[in-house]
Amino acid sequence: MADITDPPRESFRLSQLLYDARYRSLTIQVVAAILIMLVLVELVDNTVTNLAALGKDIGFGFLWTTAGYDINQQLIPFSSQDTHARAALVGILNTLLVAFLGCILATVIGVLAGVLRLSNNWLVARIMTVYVEAMRNTPLLIWILIVFAVMTEATPQPREFREGGSASMLLWESVAISNRGVYIPRPIWGEGSGLVVAIFLASIVGIFALRRYARLRQAKTGQQLPVLWMSVGLFFVPAILAYFVMGRPVTLEYPELGGFNFTGGIQVRNSFIALWLALSLYTSAFIAEIVRAGILAVSKGQTEAAFALGIQPNRTMQLIILPQALRVIVPPLISQYLNLTKNSSLAIAVGYMDVRSTLGGITINQTGRELEGMLLLGLFYLITSLVISAMMNFYNSSVKLKER
Amino acid sequence: MKKTVFLGTLAVAGLAASIASAQSTLEQVQGAGVLRCGSNEGLAGFAAPDANGVWSGFDVSLCRAIATAVLGDPQAVEFVPLTSQTRFTALAAGEVDVLVRNSTWTFSRDTDLGLDFQGVNYYDGQGFMVSTSLGVASATELDGATVCIQTGTTTELNLADFFRVNNMSYEPVPVATNAEGQQQYLAGACDVYTTDVSGLAASRATFENASEHVILPEIVSKEPLGPVVRHGDNLWGDIVYWTLHGLIAAEEYGITSANVRELASAPTDNPEINRMLGTEGELGAMIGLSNDWLVNVIAAVGNYGEIFEQNIGENTPVGLARGLNAQWTDGGLLYAPPFR
Amino acid sequence: MSEAHAHSVAYVRDAMLPEQAPPPGETGALHWLRANLFSSIPNALLTLIALYFIWSLLAAILPWTLNGIWDAGSLSECREIRNARGIESAACWAVVNERWLQLIFGFYPTDDRLLASMFYSEGLAAAGGAEAVFGPGASSTDRIAFVGQMKAEIGNLAIFFFGYWRPLLALILLVVAVAPILYSSLPRKLLWFSLAFPFVAVFLLWGGTIWGPVLVAAGLVASLLIARVVAPAAGALIGMLAGIVAFLAIFLNPLPFLDLGLFPLLPNVKAVLDAAMPIGLPAIESADFGGFMLAIIIGTSGIVLSLPLGILLALGRQSSMPLIKWICVSFIEVIRGVPLIVWLFTASLLLNYFLPPGTDFDLLLRVIIMVTLFASAYIAEVVRGGLAALPKGQYEAADSLGLDYWKSMRLIVLPQALKISIPAIVNTFIGLFKDTTLVVFIGLRDPLGLTNAIRATGEWNGIYWELYIFVGLMFFVFCFFMSRYSMYLERKLATDRR
Repeated sequence: MADITDPPRESFRLSQLLYDARYRSLTIQVVAAILIMLVLVELVDNTVTNLAALGKDIGFGFLWTTAGYDINQQLIPFSSQDTHARAALVGILNTLLVAFLGCILATVIGVLAGVLRLSNNWLVARIMTVYVEAMRNTPLLIWILIVFAVMTEATPQPREFREGGSASMLLWESVAISNRGVYIPRPIWGEGSGLVVAIFLASIVGIFALRRYARLRQAKTGQQLPVLWMSVGLFFVPAILAYFVMGRPVTLEYPELGGFNFTGGIQVRNSFIALWLALSLYTSAFIAEIVRAGILAVSKGQTEAAFALGIQPNRTMQLIILPQALRVIVPPLISQYLNLTKNSSLAIAVGYMDVRSTLGGITINQTGRELEGMLLLGLFYLITSLVISAMMNFYNSSVKLKER
Repeated sequence: MKKTVFLGTLAVAGLAASIASAQSTLEQVQGAGVLRCGSNEGLAGFAAPDANGVWSGFDVSLCRAIATAVLGDPQAVEFVPLTSQTRFTALAAGEVDVLVRNSTWTFSRDTDLGLDFQGVNYYDGQGFMVSTSLGVASATELDGATVCIQTGTTTELNLADFFRVNNMSYEPVPVATNAEGQQQYLAGACDVYTTDVSGLAASRATFENASEHVILPEIVSKEPLGPVVRHGDNLWGDIVYWTLHGLIAAEEYGITSANVRELASAPTDNPEINRMLGTEGELGAMIGLSNDWLVNVIAAVGNYGEIFEQNIGENTPVGLARGLNAQWTDGGLLYAPPFR
Repeated sequence: MSEAHAHSVAYVRDAMLPEQAPPPGETGALHWLRANLFSSIPNALLTLIALYFIWSLLAAILPWTLNGIWDAGSLSECREIRNARGIESAACWAVVNERWLQLIFGFYPTDDRLLASMFYSEGLAAAGGAEAVFGPGASSTDRIAFVGQMKAEIGNLAIFFFGYWRPLLALILLVVAVAPILYSSLPRKLLWFSLAFPFVAVFLLWGGTIWGPVLVAAGLVASLLIARVVAPAAGALIGMLAGIVAFLAIFLNPLPFLDLGLFPLLPNVKAVLDAAMPIGLPAIESADFGGFMLAIIIGTSGIVLSLPLGILLALGRQSSMPLIKWICVSFIEVIRGVPLIVWLFTASLLLNYFLPPGTDFDLLLRVIIMVTLFASAYIAEVVRGGLAALPKGQYEAADSLGLDYWKSMRLIVLPQALKISIPAIVNTFIGLFKDTTLVVFIGLRDPLGLTNAIRATGEWNGIYWELYIFVGLMFFVFCFFMSRYSMYLERKLATDRR
């Protein structure tokens, strides 16, 4: 028996870089790297040359100069004497706010519409079809403009709320819906309110603990607890008790009509509501389709099998259908959330002061720093998108089918 | 297959990109045979298209005047729509030859942005419009009011300054376009609409019940609006400057589109008119134009007063009085340097 | 036998009983109502709520729509007519009636000469004949007055079909060019036309001399031919290099320091040909493009141009070479992570900074370039889905046949993957088409931008709903049929695979 010997080692030849599959990929990558570098160098060089020709330089010093303009919706205090950087921060917070609330509302409406589209009720299913098609096939910008115009035209002016006017406040004079926005009471946190909040948060933790305990107990003994009622009780009772025990530390400041406008309370501005609604309605149509497809993707046999086991319909939905449908639903849902966040940049159409209107709009316009401003703006959106998709991917991998 | 399509279009794109040139703006315009004029996307009285797509308006007439001066044809203008955000960049990048778009002459725009303002074709100022039912007679009574304002202009800075200096608070409602501002204001979503007085008057003129709205007497800013060119090409700047001031001087000396041909046919008693219309001296040649350039301009678009009356004057829907924009002889600010 | 059987049984039915009607309530409209609308109490409640909703919606919209005034010259005239009729609210559709051509084509110039000779010959004769009005020496102001009068007389429909024959023809040819790609039953030779279409469209829409597009096409073919001819003789790599050199010589000046006045070849040849044989259409500037035509141009060219780039990116993302993969992934993620509106502002404010000093693309071209890059990232994701959906056996089969990478992609993988991706590509197109409304923010005259321009005229200042509704409806109709088509394709392809 002859030993198996290694083939004689070939010496490396230069032509292997081109014709040998083992080395060729290295060649291609080196060439690609060089080309990319060349392109980047060329771009930077062009930019510097062009800017120099216009007498401009590149610098971010403008961020620390006085902004000079006012922003109506500010989650952190801002005045026209603050810096452009702070204006950008106010805009960023506004963008995040509308994106976050938009994702929630879009999911709620979308799931509802998607389920109703599969309803046995012919009329309701048809209405939902019309809704979904109308939303999906018309540009978002038009919807934003239409919702904004409807909100402006259909709601009363603040002066209608005066004595003898045609409008009145809702919910025991605490909420006013006008065409400048919705005014709601503002909570005033008094002495000892911290404790109330702490107890409230603790009871929420308690609800989660209860659910976990109920599940374990059911797995062990087969007995079910009335989790829903216990959760509701846990949600309300301790916080309300604490509220009265501490001597009602939280009071409400009601909006009142004074001068030109309502004063006091919290004003939820029309531009915000219009953008929020339009974004949610538009995105919800896409989510509805995703939900419908997700539910249809679960084979009918699963439902029948569950029924055959004697599981109730709502528990079938909860335990059998939804977990399977979610696996199909979540990945496209992530991209819809991303779309909604990016689409919030259309705030410019209704004058909502998001980051594109402050940093990418007025600041650029007042300082003439379009290159730097656009760079920062792009970075912000990029980071937001990456964070959202990272979070969602994490969730996605946790519900993924564990293949063995 | 698709790759070829891509490359093909890339090549077409490469062709369309004009090669770097050291040509002056005048040579470029004459070579192209058309003047690229940066204009408003639409502002009543200043620039608006009719059903056939023919533009007219106060700013548009100035573009046509410059085109007539350089090319001899008032229709040889291409109107490039620019937003308030993109206008200066487009001019600096050479996408338009001249910008006539209600742009306020300010220090930083003239210096830092590398632009040159060539005189003023309309003296404007920022004002406030309110509904008469509010019972407000002065802008100083507007404490706490909600104010509709167009973003991306000097108006928002003026507004912030005005309210801060007077120790008043206000709630800004930014709007993207004039149309949106009108709609918000009419629906009562804001108490006050603020922009240049000319714009306010133009908007008010189209309201269903114009008499229920009043423009407050306070003017809170100086807004000299004028044509803008790139810094550095002085000959082109001169052409724009002297075309505008030729129109102003023509009104001062009574040269109109009706009588300009007659006045130019033979030297008159007034040497200034003779020099302007080319019957005496060689003024046109000094700025690289034909000697009868101003004759063509006035014949095509009329003098400043005619343009004003035709587009924004008291007999038009906009209905603006001459005010600051009257000749210096009538107590206004229009004052053309001598043609000598 | 049968007889015997008959006698042994007590009863034999010898006639078929007629079919009986189903019991009442199990058929007809009533049954349908009960089954579909009132099957249970909650369901009935839902139906009633839905009915109330529909009724209140229609009650709010219908009277306003149907009472609409179609014939008026301005908004104030509309209001007068409305008040004269004593109606509380009525739409003023007159603005749509007057301006729909503008909303569709923007300020794209009509072929006035053709219109005048076809529909207005008497007026033309009265004005002194075509040469006197349209000739080179004629006064442009008189011409505009003449055209205005002519258009007022001949009506919008005639202008639509004959005044705008260039964009209309381009649209019809677009359908012809796309058809063989979408319908595999059509003859394959039509694909040659699909290849030529971009050049035809550029010529039809922008006009100018015909030699530009012809020479660009010829130059591309020449580069490819040179590569093909050289390749068998000197190896694939040398062939490719020869093709690139030929391309550079034809389109660019590869050696800027060697200024012979000869390179790039193309503009010089074009000038010679143009002088010898001036054939062409009147040139039209990009700034005149507008309305739905603009949306279609941006959307279509964005998708068509982004396909090759998107396919390359998708392949790159699957590549085993880490650097290539990394470049493709970061490109795709950066493009997709930032909103289109930011990219559009980049196109309008910054793109000129990145290009060599002195280059000056017009805005439309810059937007198309940016939209192409934008769409290519999305197409890459779509194609990646198609590639992933292919069974692994296909890749392995191609490998086992000994095909190299490009051949296996070109012959085996991509044809199947692309076919699966067509519905998603159509959906991407719909999304892009809708997103073209965003160009209004950088000053292009898309339909929404035109509504602003229309409102700027004294006659129509203060009109909102009618224009928004018209624009919205146009978009809806277009996108709706596209999405129906993509669903149909999806169903068809799904049966194909079984």
